[in-house]
Order: sequence, then C-alpha cells, then structure tokens
Amino acid sequence: MELPALGWQSIVIFVVFALSLLIATYCTYAERVIAAFLQDRVGPDRAGPYGLAQPLADAVKMFTKEEFFPGGANKALFVFGPCLAMITALMSSAVIPFGNIMNFGNNLFFLQGIEVNIGMLWVFGVVSLGVYGVMIGGWASNNKFSLLGAIRAASQNISYELAMGMALIAVLMISGTLSLREITLQQSAAGEWHVWNIVKQPLGFIIFLVCAFAETNRTPFDLPECETELVGGYHTEYSSMKLGLYLFSEYVNIFVVSAVMSVLYFGGFNFPFQYELRDWFVSNQGWELASAQNLITLLGTVGLFLKIFAFIFFFMWIRWTLPRFRYDQLMRLGWTILIPLAVFNIILTGGLILFGVI
Amino acid sequence: MQLTNRAKKLEKKPMTLAERAYLPAIFQGLSITMRHFFMKKATVRYPEEVRPFSNTFRGLHVLKRDEQGRERCTACGLCAVACPAEAITMVAGERKKGEEGLYREEKYAISYEINMLRCIFCGLCEEACPKAAVYLQPDKMAPPRYERDEFIYGKDRLVEPVSPDERSVRGIQLTADQATTLRGKLQQA
Repeated sequence: MELPALGWQSIVIFVVFALSLLIATYCTYAERVIAAFLQDRVGPDRAGPYGLAQPLADAVKMFTKEEFFPGGANKALFVFGPCLAMITALMSSAVIPFGNIMNFGNNLFFLQGIEVNIGMLWVFGVVSLGVYGVMIGGWASNNKFSLLGAIRAASQNISYELAMGMALIAVLMISGTLSLREITLQQSAAGEWHVWNIVKQPLGFIIFLVCAFAETNRTPFDLPECETELVGGYHTEYSSMKLGLYLFSEYVNIFVVSAVMSVLYFGGFNFPFQYELRDWFVSNQGWELASAQNLITLLGTVGLFLKIFAFIFFFMWIRWTLPRFRYDQLMRLGWTILIPLAVFNIILTGGLILFGVI
Repeated sequence: MQLTNRAKKLEKKPMTLAERAYLPAIFQGLSITMRHFFMKKATVRYPEEVRPFSNTFRGLHVLKRDEQGRERCTACGLCAVACPAEAITMVAGERKKGEEGLYREEKYAISYEINMLRCIFCGLCEEACPKAAVYLQPDKMAPPRYERDEFIYGKDRLVEPVSPDERSVRGIQLTADQATTLRGKLQQA
C-alpha cells in the first residue's frame, strides 16, 4: 500500500518542522545576544564557544524544573493550552514555499510542504487558531491575572487580524491567487525587471508588519504578558516545559511570520538576476538546464532564509527599542488607524489596477 | 506665586504631523539602538579579565615580617583601639628563650584575629600600627566564603609567609589540627 502522504512531501514537511524548531531554538539565543548588544552588554558567552550551547542549557533547565499545577486548574486544558500554541505555530509553516523546483532525473520536487492553492487562507486560519492556545492557557490557570492577560491577547489578536487580512487583500488583488508559490513566482519574470510586492504595496506592507508584531505578541504589542500589570500574563501559572512551549511557540511564530512576509512582499525565493545566472551556467559553463536550475533553487532557498533572518533580527531590534503600548493606545491604533488605512490601501490598489498602473 | 525668576514657562504645543505619524520617531529610536549594537561593550569578563585596582585600594590584611623573617607585631593593641568596627582581637604572649628568630620583640601576639565581616577596610589599623606590622594589601580581596566563621581570619591566614611565593596559596581555612593547636595555645595564655 502506498500512501501519498508518505512520499517526498512528507520528508520536506519533517525537514521544515525540524528547521522551524531549530531556528526557534537559536532565536532564543539570538534574542539574548541581540538584546545584550543593543544594550552595550556581552550576552551569553559561557556555554560552549560564543555561548552556542546556551539553548541546550536553557532546555535542560526548563525540563528539570518542577511541574506545577495550580489548585482549581482544569488539568486537561492546562496541558492542552501550550500544546495548541505549539501545534498551530508549527502547522502554518507547512505551506510556505522554501524553494523552487528541484530536478532529479525527470522527477520534479517542490521545496514546499504542501502546495495548495489556498495557502494564504491556511496560514491565516491556523494563525487565528493560535489565540486559542493563549486563551485556553489563561482560562485553565484559574488565575485572574492570567485570565486578564488571555483576554487582552484575544482582543488584540482579533482586532489586528482584521487589519492584517485587509492588508493582505490588496496583495491578493494584485496577484489574483491565494497560492503562496504562485505569489512568489509572480514576483519574478525571466528577462524582465523583477518587481517585488513591497514596491507595489508599501503601505500594505507597513500595516502587515505592524499586525505581524501584534499577532506574534511581540513588543510593543506584548500586552498578554506584562509583568508590571499582570504578574506575568497568560502564562503566570505555567512552569517547566509548559512555559517553555509557550515561549518557544512565540519564536516559531516569528519564524513563520517572517517567512510569510518574505514570500508575500520580498519575493520569496527569488533573487535578482537568477535567470541570467542560470542561463550563464548553461551557455558559458556547459551545464545541463536541470542542474543549473537546481543550483538556482538552492541559492534561492539560501536567499529566502537570509530574508527571514533579517526579519527575525528586525523583530528583536524593535523589541529592544520600543516600549509597550498602553491598552487603550493599542486598541486605538488597531481600530481607528490601521483598519481605515488598510481599507484606503484596498481602494488605492483597486484604483491603480483599474488605471493599469500596476 | 513666583518664588524665583528661574521658572520656565512650559508650553504644550500641538504635535506636528511627523510626530503624530509615529513612524519617524520609531526609526530614530531604531537608529539609536543600532548605533549601540556596534559600540564597544563596557563589560569586563571577570574570571579571564581582571579590572586593575585603583591606586588607593585597600584589600585583605597581612601581618608583615621584618627583613630577618621575624614577626613584627608586638601585640600592643593599638590597631584594635583604632579600629572603628572593632574587628580586631588579639592575645599577647611573652617570647621565650630560643624564639628570638620568630618574634622581633619580647612581646608577641599568640593569636591575632580579624573579623572580615566587621572590617570596613578603612586602613586605620595600618595607620595606628607603630611597628608597621599590619598592612592592607593593594591587590588582594577577602575571598567569598560559605560560612560566617570562615571570615574570622587568624594568624595562620594573616601572617606573611616566609616565602613570598606562598602568598597565593593563603586564604585557606584552618584544618582541624591547626584549630586545636591554636585553641591549646590560647588556653595556655
């Protein structure tokens, strides 16, 4: 019996999962190093060379800490909360195209978990599920502060998801498809000048970026976790690896959101002069077209990861620069500024398409 | 009511469009933090890298010997009197025949203790000492310990070793034997 799901694509999915987890692991390290550097400190440099074994030490600490269940907590939900946060964070990475086609002896492979023509919807559906992880965690803790944090998280995520979706609609109006792979390929054309969507959608990108910060609960939108107001936020009562999963899922989310932004606005796995480079390998070096394409695909994957890392760095850079919003400021920004701006962006894009500018 | 003529009149101007747009301020902040990213770090990596002590640093005490290796201290008690924290206690004894190579004067300290938890490292003992015996080292700190009684430094840890190379090995805790010997000497006195 041959299961279609156990083919090449499943290997890609496993690799993508492992990669997301690895990158998220080292995000915790990068966060500490970047935070330290931005504040004129040195950061972790004791565990291993340059402190590279620091995530391992953190993991050992997390796993060996005491497992604590607060009295009156709903145990099943209490465990389910962090699991859900982690699952949803990982699931959305499955549809992101990490590379173009690989060609092995007339077999074509997509460097992508699942190629579906509703990729964007999938990402948004799963990301909006992510708020349940926080909500359930806050509710199951049986702690008023956790519940307040969870409620703030939920209202924040819902209000920013609206603006995010509307910013995205403008992209979809240009591309005319929901498939992430299609959107990527549209941002490059053989023999033409490549125009990434950021050029066509600067306003939409800024809206999307701000909403991405809010969706991943990063500063300045980290209201769900607020030591000064809420003891610790939705994960006040969590200890050991359950807390670790919550913190970890935040980093997986950052990775996924960075990947989505790179794909939607920064050309994904495309890089300038890729077709010229491929043709140069074919005509001047005598390579076969397939192997030249494979090389370009790998280079494109590296390029995409560089874009992703740049975004991850930007996330951390912002975190150690800006202070947290007050709750009413957060809501005002979301509802009275970002959503009208997103609507304006849609109308503007529609007009530009109508008059044939883009 | 005006008390001085230095009062400044504060005006709350309406924000300009650039200020209200919020993004320019964010970019300004980002540029500031990015500048700090490349700045030289102020950190001293302690175990590998030790910050030099200041010229006036007063550290761990030492009881000096003279050129012939005899203890200079005559247990006069002036250091204990001068000590504002009352950290120094001593028991004086009389030098016996045959001990001339050990102690410089007829009177010497059988025991000499400094409680490093009380000591404020003011250096008044050093100033009070007529025999230039007690001295605060400019390059050595009292190391951290786990037990409070380990901070009471006796002669075994204070007196300068005969060979200066042994100095780095000092600062050890008394062994049980050493402690009983010292206690025996104290009871005799």
